[in-house]
Amino acid sequence: MTVDISPTEINFRSDYDRRKLATNIFMGVAFFATIFGLFFLSLLLYDVLKQGLPYFNWRFVTTFPSRNPADAGILSALVGSIWLMFLIPFFAFPLGIGAAIYMEEYADRDFWVNRALEINISNLAGVPSIIYGLLGLELYVRILEPLTKGRTLLAGALTLSTLVLPVVIISTREAIRAVPREIREAAYAVGCTKWQAIWYHVLPMAFAGILTGTILALSRAIGETAPLITLGALTFIAFLPPWPVTTAVNEEGVVIVEKVSAGLGSLIQALQTPFTALPIQIFNWASRPQAEFHAVSAAGIIVLLLLLVAMNSVAISLRARFQQRK
Amino acid sequence: MRTTTKFFALAATVAVTAGLAGAGQVIAQGRPVVKVDGSSTVFPITEAMAEEFQKTKKGQVQVTVGVSGTGGGFKKFCNGETDISNASRPILKREMETCRGKNISYIELPVAFDALTVVINPRNDWVKQMTVAELKTMWEPAAQGKIRTWNQVNPAWPNRPLKLFGAGTDSGTFDYFTEAVVGKAKSSRGDFTASEDDNVLVQGVSTDQNALGFFGFAYYEENKKRLKAVPIVNNQGRAVLPSRKSVEDGSYNPLARPIFIYVNSESLRRPEVREFVEFYQRQASKLVPPTGYIPLPSRAYAANLDSIRRGKTGTVFGGENKVGLTIDELMKLERIN
Repeated sequence: MTVDISPTEINFRSDYDRRKLATNIFMGVAFFATIFGLFFLSLLLYDVLKQGLPYFNWRFVTTFPSRNPADAGILSALVGSIWLMFLIPFFAFPLGIGAAIYMEEYADRDFWVNRALEINISNLAGVPSIIYGLLGLELYVRILEPLTKGRTLLAGALTLSTLVLPVVIISTREAIRAVPREIREAAYAVGCTKWQAIWYHVLPMAFAGILTGTILALSRAIGETAPLITLGALTFIAFLPPWPVTTAVNEEGVVIVEKVSAGLGSLIQALQTPFTALPIQIFNWASRPQAEFHAVSAAGIIVLLLLLVAMNSVAISLRARFQQRK
Repeated sequence: MRTTTKFFALAATVAVTAGLAGAGQVIAQGRPVVKVDGSSTVFPITEAMAEEFQKTKKGQVQVTVGVSGTGGGFKKFCNGETDISNASRPILKREMETCRGKNISYIELPVAFDALTVVINPRNDWVKQMTVAELKTMWEPAAQGKIRTWNQVNPAWPNRPLKLFGAGTDSGTFDYFTEAVVGKAKSSRGDFTASEDDNVLVQGVSTDQNALGFFGFAYYEENKKRLKAVPIVNNQGRAVLPSRKSVEDGSYNPLARPIFIYVNSESLRRPEVREFVEFYQRQASKLVPPTGYIPLPSRAYAANLDSIRRGKTGTVFGGENKVGLTIDELMKLERIN
């Protein structure tokens, strides 16, 4: 043989080409995986927008549902979902974050009660949502009826809070666990009590992570249908909770503000008002015989998507602020 | 240790505050609410009533109309949770007993007729009519796994696979269809495509040449272009298509059925409930037809108003579903002339 390049050189070169190829193939597969998801998402969005946009206008978001597709509006469901959006964090976040702090910072893992708690919470996070609906129906609608007045906003919010509680606890625990042990040690070294270490050092550092997890949990709750159907929220509702204003309708079905009622009494009354929510209203329209209602349902999906995007934007901007502060 | 105690105190405070916000007693009296729940079949009619009623009352009375099926509706109704129950069949014995146990008496008001419609694909050119016996061959429990082709039902039909679509097993529609066709409520083969969502059935039948399905008349009306209704041979041996006319003259049988609302007689003492129920009877002739159902003769609604006025409680069906009842027979049963 008259070739004068050394064998190692040949090996190196061919190996390089093959590795380069493998890299490219892998990149292609990863790119395809991304595009695959995006493709179906955009297909879905296109279909929803094409069907729903003709019905999506100011009148649609400011009037009550109707049996005529052209008159149908989503106001009561939108307001119901917004109420839930504020009530769920009010119930679930203090409880969830409190439980997570206890389990991460205080609980003695050798104590069997704490271990049982841990297993329980992880299991609860995997329970199908309809089971929470059944729990809510028995506990919040039937047993706590004197408090909730039956199938009301309060009962719905409590049910969904219970549903997201395990998720809130787990994601908060992850966020707290991600705070380096040294931070706590440093706090103790300068004489902090355990509570001071948690409050002034661990929680602020974990806050961005906690927020991400809890907002994701909230988004899930806002999109849930099954537990609310079990609860009996699959309902035609053409009125709003009487807080902060009391509304009425005129003969044309236009919603008018009757009076300002921002007191505590009206707030409690509002919590005890029957309600409906966006996913339920969309489900109701989609199951009707008239094709026009399927388009109205698509318009409802646009409203739900906008609400979720708005919610996530708030979460992202909050997170950005907290990360900067750190 | 002290920090732990403090933390628990804080957690307790949070919990109590959260509890208090909801626990406060109602200070001011809210607007009166009329609660309706039950059958998804009756829902479109009651919804139309609720919508119009709230407009005339300018929103001062609130009406909620839920959907939980006829059976689910009666469970809530006999538990005193609702004022009115929508029902696509008469109240059954065990439901009557539950109501009696809770001391709940009710007024039964037939509000319209529905025609269960048997549908096939528009490209199906071999079925011209069908007898109840043929439907039974297709649907009875014994057909499970055995009746797989059209020619097994009728030798004149081709050797093509038979694809069945039907109402969900929890619906009053399924109860009625099985009772009318097989002879016993809920008795049916299990190997068919069942859905609570009638749109799924419409979709299934309209895309498969070999399909057969059944659902309420309203769904057929809205999807006439994609489906073909099957004329059903009635008790006089004549094949009849479902329509407003054939239901009114009683020739479309046995798949025409009355649908009802049941009103809690205790609730009826509240002016808003009474006003709503009376509004329902007065507007029915006008508001029922656009929903795809067949209204009763106006004398039936007048008789309903009379039942409300006299507080006539109970059911005329004795806790059983009656199959193939025509409007005339219903009037006789209700003693309306």
